[in-house]
Amino acid sequence: MSKKADVVIIGGGITGCAILYQLAKYDLKCVLLEKEPDIAAGTTKANSAILHAGFDAKPGSLKAKMNVKGNALYHDLKDELDLDIKWTGSVVAATTEVEMTTVKELLERGRGNGVTGLEIWDGDKIREHYPTLSPDIKGGLWAPTAGICCPFGTAIAFAENAVMNGAEIYRDCGVTSFNISDGRIVSVETAKGCFKAKVFINAAGLRADDIARLAGDDSFNIKPRKGEYILFDKSAAQQMTDGIIFPAPSKNSKGILVCATFDGNVFIGPDANDQDDKENTKVTYEGMDGLMAAARKLLPEIPVRSAITEFAGLRAVSDNGDFILGKSDKVPNLVHAAGIQSPGLTSAPAIGEYIADIVVKELEAEPNTDYVSGRPARNVFHTADNAQRAAMIAKNPLYGRVICRCETITEGEIVDAIKRPCGATTVDGVKRRTRAGMGRCQGGFCGPKVIHILARELHIPVSEVRKDRLDGVMYYDKDWKDGGNV
Amino acid sequence: MAKYYDVIIVGGGPAGLSAAYSASLNGAKDILILERDAEVGGILQQCIHNGFGLHHFKEELTGPGYAQRCYELIQDDPHVEIMTDTMVLEVRENHTVLAVNPKYGLMELHSKTVILTMGCRERTRGAIRTPGYRPAGVYTAGAAQRMVNIEGYIPGKKIVILGSGDIGLIMARRMTLEGCKVQAVLEISPYSNGLTRNMVQCLDDYGIPLYLSHTITDLKGKGRLDGITAAKVDENMRPIPGTEFNIECDTLLLSVGLIPENELSRDLGLDLHPLTNGPVVDQHRETSIPGIFAAGNVVHVHDLVDFVSEEAEIAGKYAAITAAKTAAGQMDPPAEDIPVEPGNGIRTCVPQHIAKTSNGEDVKLFMRVTNPMRNVRLELRNRNKVIVSKRLLVAKPSEMLAVELPAEKEQALRGILHVAVCEEV
Repeated sequence: MSKKADVVIIGGGITGCAILYQLAKYDLKCVLLEKEPDIAAGTTKANSAILHAGFDAKPGSLKAKMNVKGNALYHDLKDELDLDIKWTGSVVAATTEVEMTTVKELLERGRGNGVTGLEIWDGDKIREHYPTLSPDIKGGLWAPTAGICCPFGTAIAFAENAVMNGAEIYRDCGVTSFNISDGRIVSVETAKGCFKAKVFINAAGLRADDIARLAGDDSFNIKPRKGEYILFDKSAAQQMTDGIIFPAPSKNSKGILVCATFDGNVFIGPDANDQDDKENTKVTYEGMDGLMAAARKLLPEIPVRSAITEFAGLRAVSDNGDFILGKSDKVPNLVHAAGIQSPGLTSAPAIGEYIADIVVKELEAEPNTDYVSGRPARNVFHTADNAQRAAMIAKNPLYGRVICRCETITEGEIVDAIKRPCGATTVDGVKRRTRAGMGRCQGGFCGPKVIHILARELHIPVSEVRKDRLDGVMYYDKDWKDGGNV
Repeated sequence: MAKYYDVIIVGGGPAGLSAAYSASLNGAKDILILERDAEVGGILQQCIHNGFGLHHFKEELTGPGYAQRCYELIQDDPHVEIMTDTMVLEVRENHTVLAVNPKYGLMELHSKTVILTMGCRERTRGAIRTPGYRPAGVYTAGAAQRMVNIEGYIPGKKIVILGSGDIGLIMARRMTLEGCKVQAVLEISPYSNGLTRNMVQCLDDYGIPLYLSHTITDLKGKGRLDGITAAKVDENMRPIPGTEFNIECDTLLLSVGLIPENELSRDLGLDLHPLTNGPVVDQHRETSIPGIFAAGNVVHVHDLVDFVSEEAEIAGKYAAITAAKTAAGQMDPPAEDIPVEPGNGIRTCVPQHIAKTSNGEDVKLFMRVTNPMRNVRLELRNRNKVIVSKRLLVAKPSEMLAVELPAEKEQALRGILHVAVCEEV
């Protein structure tokens, strides 16, 4: 028996979730399919988490348009969806005269793209705002509209609102094939059965070209470009930065930056290395050494001992370097949102609107009259004041039991993360929704406890609790033999 | 009226329990232990192997057995109250403690003194920057130990252990006894980092290979770990190209060091020592803030729980004395302070300074050497004179050394007390 919908979105990254969020405002039955056990588990979980001002992209490109519009939309969405965003502003720091020329080009380009508030600062002014930065910095570009956010939290917020408004999300639900008739997609076969729909949206990130090909469209290729990161403990923030510090950009990337995160950690990265393997998220010695060397040009004193984790993400780079947005030329009811690399996170709300417009026109959809904005309230213990904490515990005593000591995350928050719309089903899913396990002990203490809470709330055995990926179980029964649990 | 405790103890592991016992023995009347787990005992609860207690209780106990003995010393003591399932959120300079639990919610607890006994945590993969994928199947040895020994699950079937710290060695044996295959233990240093007895009883006895001067250069497997690449390292601990070899495994356990758990101490503003990563203390285990004491692995990582108890009993005693003086409104004049300076061959020494008190007590100093050595003398020197000397056949970084400074020599101290090792002639 196949399931029926008006729209099927393939891919539950920030792009797919932003499209789902927009479509849920219409009277459409929308389904999102994600191959991993959780949404926001690919490129969305491993990137710089920056809401770019929009001075990088070539004027006239889709990237430039979506970036500037997306940035503006986030200023409204922050309150509407209770998003974790800080509008910190960003600096592009130049250490040579040649780089200063680049910075001036960025200023002009930014103005052309419609970015407001851009200013050239001299080195002293930069160091006045960011006193830890290198004395070698000669000047740079200040962009007040840039910000930092929680990228997976943002995707999850889009998904939560959409599910509240009737959208359905299927996880562990990879696409295997399409059923095509007269050049149109009739249905899609997945790990969880067949889904029929009128329109199919390809938001499959690194796999967007593979999905297009499966449907008979070979018009583009996606190449993975890896970026490695080193993340530092919150205690290192003071000697590092609370802002976004870019170097002058190169051809392939915005360069290796030193940047704060929403929660007060600091990262350095990413580098940019083209790959063949779409799953190569390895961190390497060369990568880590390269990041350290590059970051020292901006910030001479890197507190190496405060590193708490290293990770890598893959950018989905299209042939022409721009976003691929719109109807497929080959398959009339397939719509692409592909090649979404930086500034994809910033652009997501604009891409969501852009793609939703196409679908709404195609299907002549009416607004969803029962639409509810926002999402269920979050109780965050570690940022609450003591009166709020007391109120949380009075309502639900589980908010009085701290599970993650590094980040002060309570059992109440973890249970909520599991029970919310499109809730967590994995250890990393809990981590992305609550920060349990994100601290300096990296889950050493809370990991076993989170596994138990997941097993209890999902009514599954401990031996079926996964870290992140489909085959990523954590622990086995003691009588387990090769070939599975007995 | 809110209760005004004599001593609040943060953490109910062996240090906390021993501190409570000693505080009560020395006259404190209102002692409160705050423990975040459902039971007291701390990490000992998962250490089901034996070898504990030979010094302190003069018999060989298991970890839970040792914890039980500590608990029995206070369980019927009307002066000691234990609150489990309780997390301390903040310790303030005025000895107020903010704690939370599901039963009572947020609690502001007032006390004359506080003893910090939070123990330590394990260093992670991130802290040592291991290359490769980030699959399931990579755990700190202690986290896996909890799952195996308390929860009743195994982390996998084919195990590689990185680091030869004691927990890693103990887990090598444990996993073998659980029917798993321990493929190898890799140690980046040219010498082992565990106690000799653990090297013998946990690796040699089971034929588990130990690769010294080796590390991991790659982790394979995207969902679940399916192998690692190991390589020999040079004297700078960098992998030597061409020496790589693969080991098949589904699990990697990390035993790459322990770090004192000092989040509360840092927020409180205590002086922390950059090498021990614990609070700077005097011989009474009083920290840089009067009335705040610290003991056990939160001060410096111990090899033996027996010494944790010994140290905690010192802290408990002086917290009780301080509480009594506070109640009586007595204030000691500041004591003359003797800094203890690690010299040749010594990496760390606790206490970091001695408050000259003339209370007639010997002072015990604990130290770790910088590298393995044989036939050396450990010396305490003051004003260019050797005042204590102790011959050592073997000294290695993984085994903490102790030396006593007799009370009469403490009273004669002037200036700086130097601790050093030198070649035996």
